[in-house]
Amino acid sequence: MSLLKKIFTAVRGGAREAGEAIVDANSIRILEQEIKDAEGHIAKAKQDLTSVMAKEMQASREIERLKTQSEEYENYAMDALNKGDDALATEIAEKIAGIESELAQQQEVKSSFSAHADRLRELVKKTERQLAEYKRQLTMVKTTDSVQKATSAISDNFSNSNSKMMSATESLERIKQKQREFDDKLKAAEMLDNESSDASLEAKMKQAGIGPQTSSASSVLDRIKAKKGA
Amino acid sequence: MDIKLIAEKLDKLDADTREGYDFDHQIIPGEEEVLQISICGREEIPVYLTLTDTQILCISYLWDEREVKAEAKTEMMEMMLDMNIPMPLSSFSRIGSKYAVFGALSLNSSMEDIAHEIVTLSDNALDAIEVMSDFLQ
Repeated sequence: MSLLKKIFTAVRGGAREAGEAIVDANSIRILEQEIKDAEGHIAKAKQDLTSVMAKEMQASREIERLKTQSEEYENYAMDALNKGDDALATEIAEKIAGIESELAQQQEVKSSFSAHADRLRELVKKTERQLAEYKRQLTMVKTTDSVQKATSAISDNFSNSNSKMMSATESLERIKQKQREFDDKLKAAEMLDNESSDASLEAKMKQAGIGPQTSSASSVLDRIKAKKGA
Repeated sequence: MDIKLIAEKLDKLDADTREGYDFDHQIIPGEEEVLQISICGREEIPVYLTLTDTQILCISYLWDEREVKAEAKTEMMEMMLDMNIPMPLSSFSRIGSKYAVFGALSLNSSMEDIAHEIVTLSDNALDAIEVMSDFLQ
């Protein structure tokens, strides 16, 4: 059964509360062991592959050597025939036959090593795919496990701190309230800032005799005198 | 990458990286260490950061099963499914009896990525509560 299915079944069965193991520790150990085994298999297969490939190369070299040798002896046989020495030519031909049968044997050896190397490469690929799958599953299990443990640490911490459990809407309201208070303070500070800058401007204007002037006794008297004169 | 290192690095982030927010954090001890990160002004809904073998998980709890109006549960869950893709970087989930939003990051993430994730997750959590409050008691 795939692990996701196992987790699904456990969750469906109600094992959702913090502290309740969704995947038992044993499955994790088994998976970890499988990963270790798969890694071991890959390492071994790669080692085997190296030695098989070395043997394959050896056989190729031997084949080349035998081919060269066979060609060499064919030339000798030709020379012997040209010289009319049939007996020697026959003897050389026998040597060539020997070389050719050795060549056929080496070719067989080489193709058997090639086939073996192909099988090992396929095995490595397959095991690597399997390893990736085991690792993906382990990630799934470990994440589930981590979240469960983290959740239980959080709720333990919460109950230890004796804080009152607030509902989501209450929490949001409190946060908004704080935001409003902050905004109000900001606005108040801004207003205060504006007011004080207005006040200082007015003071400067007044000193310079600019803007609406407050009435003084002398200015009132001047006004009355002007009216009387009219 | 471990929890303590992330906590240390969080302290050293400049305001730009923190996207203008101040972070407060504490490590919650346990079988699995958890870093609780509070964004100042949003202490009620912290972000919890935990490490697994392959990823950094950031989780914010939304509400408990008990807070959901019984008759609205199916619609709420459908909304969560519908909203999973449009909601940037975070997904809905349920852990035990608590609904949550979470984001997963690679273990090779930069501190900038982690800070961005924390702020985005917190924004998404607040938005989610706001838009789904009709489903809640």
